[in-house]
Amino acid sequence: MKQHNEEFVRKLDLTSVKIRKHIIEMLYRAKSGHPGGSLSAVEAIVALYFHHMNHNPKNPKDPNRDRFVLSKGHAAPTLYAALAECGYFDVKELLLLRQINCMLQGHPVCTHIPGVEASTGSLGHGLSFANGIALAGKLDKKDYRVYVMVGDGETNEGQIWEAAASASHYKLDNLTALIDRNFLQIDGNTEDVLRLESVRDRWSSFGWYVLEVDGHDIEEIIDALLTASEQKNQPTMIILNTVKGKGISFMENNIDFHGVPPNEMEYKLAMKELDTVQKALEATL
Amino acid sequence: MNKKEMANPRDAYGETLVELGGKYRDIVVLDADLSKSTKTILFAKKYPERFFEMGIAEANMISTAAGLASCGKIPFASSFAVFATGRVYDQIRIDVAYSRANVKIFATHGGISVGKDGASHQMIEDLTLMRVLPNMTVLAPSDAIQTRRLVELMATTEGPMYARIGRANAPVLYKKEDLKDIKIGKGLVVKDGSDVSIIACGTMVAQAVDAQEKLSQDGVSARVVDMYTIKPLDEKLVIKCARETNAILTVEEHSVIGGLGGAVSEVLAENGSPTKFKRMGVQDMFCESGEPEELFEKYGLSTPHIVKTVKKLIK
Ligand SMILES: Cc1ncc(C[n+]2csc(CCOP(=O)(O)OP(=O)(O)O)c2C)c(N)n1
Ligand SMILES: [Mg+2]
Repeated sequence: MKQHNEEFVRKLDLTSVKIRKHIIEMLYRAKSGHPGGSLSAVEAIVALYFHHMNHNPKNPKDPNRDRFVLSKGHAAPTLYAALAECGYFDVKELLLLRQINCMLQGHPVCTHIPGVEASTGSLGHGLSFANGIALAGKLDKKDYRVYVMVGDGETNEGQIWEAAASASHYKLDNLTALIDRNFLQIDGNTEDVLRLESVRDRWSSFGWYVLEVDGHDIEEIIDALLTASEQKNQPTMIILNTVKGKGISFMENNIDFHGVPPNEMEYKLAMKELDTVQKALEATL
Repeated sequence: MNKKEMANPRDAYGETLVELGGKYRDIVVLDADLSKSTKTILFAKKYPERFFEMGIAEANMISTAAGLASCGKIPFASSFAVFATGRVYDQIRIDVAYSRANVKIFATHGGISVGKDGASHQMIEDLTLMRVLPNMTVLAPSDAIQTRRLVELMATTEGPMYARIGRANAPVLYKKEDLKDIKIGKGLVVKDGSDVSIIACGTMVAQAVDAQEKLSQDGVSARVVDMYTIKPLDEKLVIKCARETNAILTVEEHSVIGGLGGAVSEVLAENGSPTKFKRMGVQDMFCESGEPEELFEKYGLSTPHIVKTVKKLIK
């Protein structure tokens, strides 16, 4: 049931385009990094940071804040761009991604970057970490929520299933996980590398409440996040049906752009495509 | 010092957790289906709401502990040394050490005195694995009394920490008052002497004390150091021993590679110490099932071995 006004949704779409531009710019300058999985994660991260989550960039350590854990840490550019646009740090930092003596490390680090909750990069840890936050919230009777995004390939990791069992065992209804279901990992299609289907049945058989949305439709994501928050006695998994490389025609569903940044020509082309989308969106506002 | 009295450091751990649990409401405890053995069950009974049974899922336990720590909790995560380190090295590396999480990994059943379970359960690499991690503090308490004191210090000192104790009962080496001023990052001279310094940790401190008595009967004056902190190592004390005694022997229930012996040798080498030096421990091999005493005898960690090695070293 979509109930948000058109303008509100267009604004978030516009934010998504801005984040995508940051991602392309960052990776082009860094000459390394992961475009595909960063681009597929954009709308969910925008929905969380620019609408759904209760957080305060002026007070990143507020004990009552909602938390977001980016378990698929290679999508760091998306998280960094969102944090910068929210005001956790200067947007100029983004251009220094992966440079020596600079804050923004190749993968998220909680010790140096304001707003980063967990150090990730080694896949498979984040859901467990989020469980820890959720357990602490229950213990302290706080009503913050914790959100965690995992990659679909990432769920090959055994630890994910330890954590899946644990979250359901402890009835962590203050936890919402999101899986970036883009069907690609490094060595190929997820179903060829190590079959994941049925993703829905697997998570529900572990005791999770499962929702499925178009992972590039802000409205659907927002509605699902809200539904998840109202769920009692069990954690929720939102399956985000996404396209790896989303938003840049030649990167979409292209496995070669998992971990290779755009070259100069690709960079220009990508920015041009995003500019066009941005202008079209701005015209509607 | 009365070393005839025996006590189990695991009981000391469990009981201290219960005491501290009353004092510090932020202490939480996690275990991976070994709470009866690690003795975290004592805490579980007293504070069930702050005890998390994680099942046989150690990786999840460590990362969950880090998440709890990120919210201000002081998590103690326990299992056998073999499962609490090697099994979950990556989780400790990223979520605990790199993140400077205030997680206390407290392992029991370290070393070969685990005994009959055999080499699969005899962890002889944990001190090395934990020592190499940046930001990590590494402790090896030597008796039940010191275990109590170090658990208190772990709870009240910020930062990632690993501690390991053995399975078996251990001779009581200390009185509570002896240890009220000990600090993390220091070692303790248990017996003074001038011919040789035996620097030991964990279960081997009691063996070293026994060896010291035998040696003194034979006219050898041995100093015994309880190096309960493996990292950060008390380098000053090591150098002092090198200056004041003619030889240094390290003894640990652990591989000779990279643990206490490794740490001490690094300090000696970098300081150009001419002091004679030898490492005792497990000689780069997996051991086997057997009684602890049989294993110490076969793998060169019994008191007579220490006595013999000292005599050879100072000759
Ligand atoms: C434990 C671990 N193994 C391997 C890698 C290398 N790696 C980085 S990204 C990636 C693929 C991830 O695929 P997926 O989770 O589907 O992410 P996405 O498609 O969203 O990029 C791999 C194997 C890693 N970072 N961590
Ligand atoms: Mg994928």
